[in-house]
Amino acid sequence: MFERRTLVTHLLRQRPDNALTVSSLGSPTWDIASTGDNPLHFSFIGTMGQAAPFALGLAIAQPNKRVVLFAGDGELLMSLGILATIANQAPGNLAIVSLDNESYGETGGQPTATAGPTDLEAVAKGCGFSQTCTANSEKDLDAVCDQIWTVKGPAFINLKIVAGPSPLVFPYSFDGATAMNRFRDAVNNSGRT
Amino acid sequence: MNVSSDWPQEVFSVLIAQGIDLVAHVPDAGHTALIRLAEEHSAVDVITLTTEEEGVGLLCGAWAGGRKGVLLIQSSGVGNCINALALPVICRAPFFTIVSMRGEWGEFIPWQVPMGLGTPKVLGAMDVEVFRVSEKQRVAETVSAAGSFAFNTRRSAAVLLSQQMLGAKQFKEG
Repeated sequence: MFERRTLVTHLLRQRPDNALTVSSLGSPTWDIASTGDNPLHFSFIGTMGQAAPFALGLAIAQPNKRVVLFAGDGELLMSLGILATIANQAPGNLAIVSLDNESYGETGGQPTATAGPTDLEAVAKGCGFSQTCTANSEKDLDAVCDQIWTVKGPAFINLKIVAGPSPLVFPYSFDGATAMNRFRDAVNNSGRT
Repeated sequence: MNVSSDWPQEVFSVLIAQGIDLVAHVPDAGHTALIRLAEEHSAVDVITLTTEEEGVGLLCGAWAGGRKGVLLIQSSGVGNCINALALPVICRAPFFTIVSMRGEWGEFIPWQVPMGLGTPKVLGAMDVEVFRVSEKQRVAETVSAAGSFAFNTRRSAAVLLSQQMLGAKQFKEG
């Protein structure tokens, strides 16, 4: 099992300069913030279940840029249907990184469905994702990075991570409009919104 | 005879004129013609969703990426969107939906009524400006006004197509 902060830091080190990233509410957003600020990243701090639809819309609007979503297992379980929608749209530039600690980390560590028989990679594969994998050890990291940043998607990368709290690191702004305006300007290379 | 019965074509022209080239939907009979027009247009992407709330995040992400879209749903799907509707509000992003109403004028199925009656209240509660239309001649101008409102003021807008205009779905056994 991976330690989440070490893992995310390693993954983002491989990030292409023009890649667009999105994180779901809770730990994935704190994880990404811990690696430093980037105007081409958008952090969710609420609306659980909406990060994957947002990433799909972004990938459709920006087909020439890699779009990578970092999402928790609880977030993904809340909107499994979007995996079918994504697979049917089949955006080649979209990858979803599932940070799967098999628990609701923000609310006391209650087990999620993936602590039981539910396998998010199998769900993604069944929905029709062309690239899927599950990894839990260092030896898989090169292949994982390739799946996240390079291979033609849609890709679903399920990473098993150790449960337990990490220090809170806050993103650029808790105000959605402030964060959105900067992100949208950066994505579209324009000062106008 | 209605002089303006081809409202779906008029609405589609309005959408194109506003630069909308993404149509996300969970289908409904009231949207059939509009969805077909979108599918037939080479510059418009049509995205079939598994549930309506996907459309809220999807259109917000597309807007962040520089594109404009509309969500076509029926009134029962509005309820599925409630928490998701916080996303465009908190991000001051536009959100634009056209809702075909069920559970009102001439409804046969009682199961449609609670969410049909709740639809305007739910939208209002989540800061979505409601533009209701009951006459075919006024659909295009209403969609135009609502779309302008959404994208120019970066707020949420919903056009409600009344069941009185669309016609209540008829059910006959056998």
